[in-house]
Amino acid sequence: MAAASIIVAETPLVRYLLRRADDALILGHRLSEWCGKAPMMEEEMALANMGLDLIGQARALYTYAGEVEAAGRDEDAYAYLRDVRGYGNLLLVEQPNGDFAATMVRQLFYSAFIDPYWRALMASPDATLAAIAAKAEKESAYHVRHSAEWVIRLGDGTPESHRRAQDALDNLWAFTGEMFETDAGEQSLIADGLVPDPAALRAVWHESVAKVVAQAGLTLPQGGWMQKGGRSGQHSEHLGHLLSDLQYMQRAFPGATW
Amino acid sequence: MDAALHDAEALRSEIWRVAGAVTDPEIPVLSIADLGVLRAVDIVDGAIEVAITPTYSGCPAMNMIALEIELALAKAGLGPVRVKTVLSPAWTTEWMSEEGRAKLRAYGIAPPAKGGGRRALFGEEEVACPQCGSTDTAELAPFGSTSCKSLWQCKTCREPFDYFKCH
Repeated sequence: MAAASIIVAETPLVRYLLRRADDALILGHRLSEWCGKAPMMEEEMALANMGLDLIGQARALYTYAGEVEAAGRDEDAYAYLRDVRGYGNLLLVEQPNGDFAATMVRQLFYSAFIDPYWRALMASPDATLAAIAAKAEKESAYHVRHSAEWVIRLGDGTPESHRRAQDALDNLWAFTGEMFETDAGEQSLIADGLVPDPAALRAVWHESVAKVVAQAGLTLPQGGWMQKGGRSGQHSEHLGHLLSDLQYMQRAFPGATW
Repeated sequence: MDAALHDAEALRSEIWRVAGAVTDPEIPVLSIADLGVLRAVDIVDGAIEVAITPTYSGCPAMNMIALEIELALAKAGLGPVRVKTVLSPAWTTEWMSEEGRAKLRAYGIAPPAKGGGRRALFGEEEVACPQCGSTDTAELAPFGSTSCKSLWQCKTCREPFDYFKCH
């Protein structure tokens, strides 16, 4: 018998925690897909390390969501038993790995946003949120540096690596706007001073990404139409496939342990 | 100090000694006391509560360490015990004891620079080779065999070595 899906009664804080945890889990899972296929041994280690950091951050956020929801759910229930429409991650992080340039550009776009975001969240009066942010911030700093170095190396490398890096920038650009979006629930948390407003970080994000892209000799796309929907559960077709892989064991063998 | 309080204090330090001697499964020369992973020992309604903190959010050694603590205390006839994970304040390499740093170096891993932190990200740190002591070293890969280490090479003796990253 397959495990039934759960539906979470989302208060603004629970919803917020799940959204942030989903970002980290899905991107961490994407990076884990590189295991055994990375272009070289050092990158194999780096991608797995960064994926592990992200999955660790997701665990802390899901665990806290479980405490706040107080319905007896743990991190595994949220990760394994919610359907695709219940996930609220950014469309950016569910995009397929593509080639190595696409993976690194996706990582730079996300890390350059989440690094200052965690730093801002460290000032939250919610002690658990501040603690999770303080831990994650040390890790995201390494992710920014690593992905930036690679984007520069690829852009400034061969004509082929340059072309691939530019394609990645152009293809993923439309998914960056969603990082700065908030819904009414999150706005109420912002108004209460509990969490930072992501829109306030747009200039900082743009400046750090633009600096890397310029150094790489690449062109940062300007403005344009932005794709969104991930935060409200409207995902690209890719997330369902990812979840079928991520959730398979717990759905097929409910409560399986080893 | 009355006798009961004295006994409780003695028990707490005994628990600290036993739990603190548990070693990191990835770096077996370091105890969790050396690392600063062991944060607190409390006795709540007769039950032992041990608090540990992860070095990295996704550190896979945490479950293993919690299990080892339970085992070590059970062997010493102490228990029942509950091991809980605390996140605040966030672990930092600044907490690593001098003894821990010396043990790391002797094991062939360069200990984290004091006061490194984010400066390490901008190439401002100087890492001495744990084999020959030369500071003419270079980073080969920022992510090493575990989350907490990066891979370096000494340009003097040519030996590659692990460096415990500043955090």
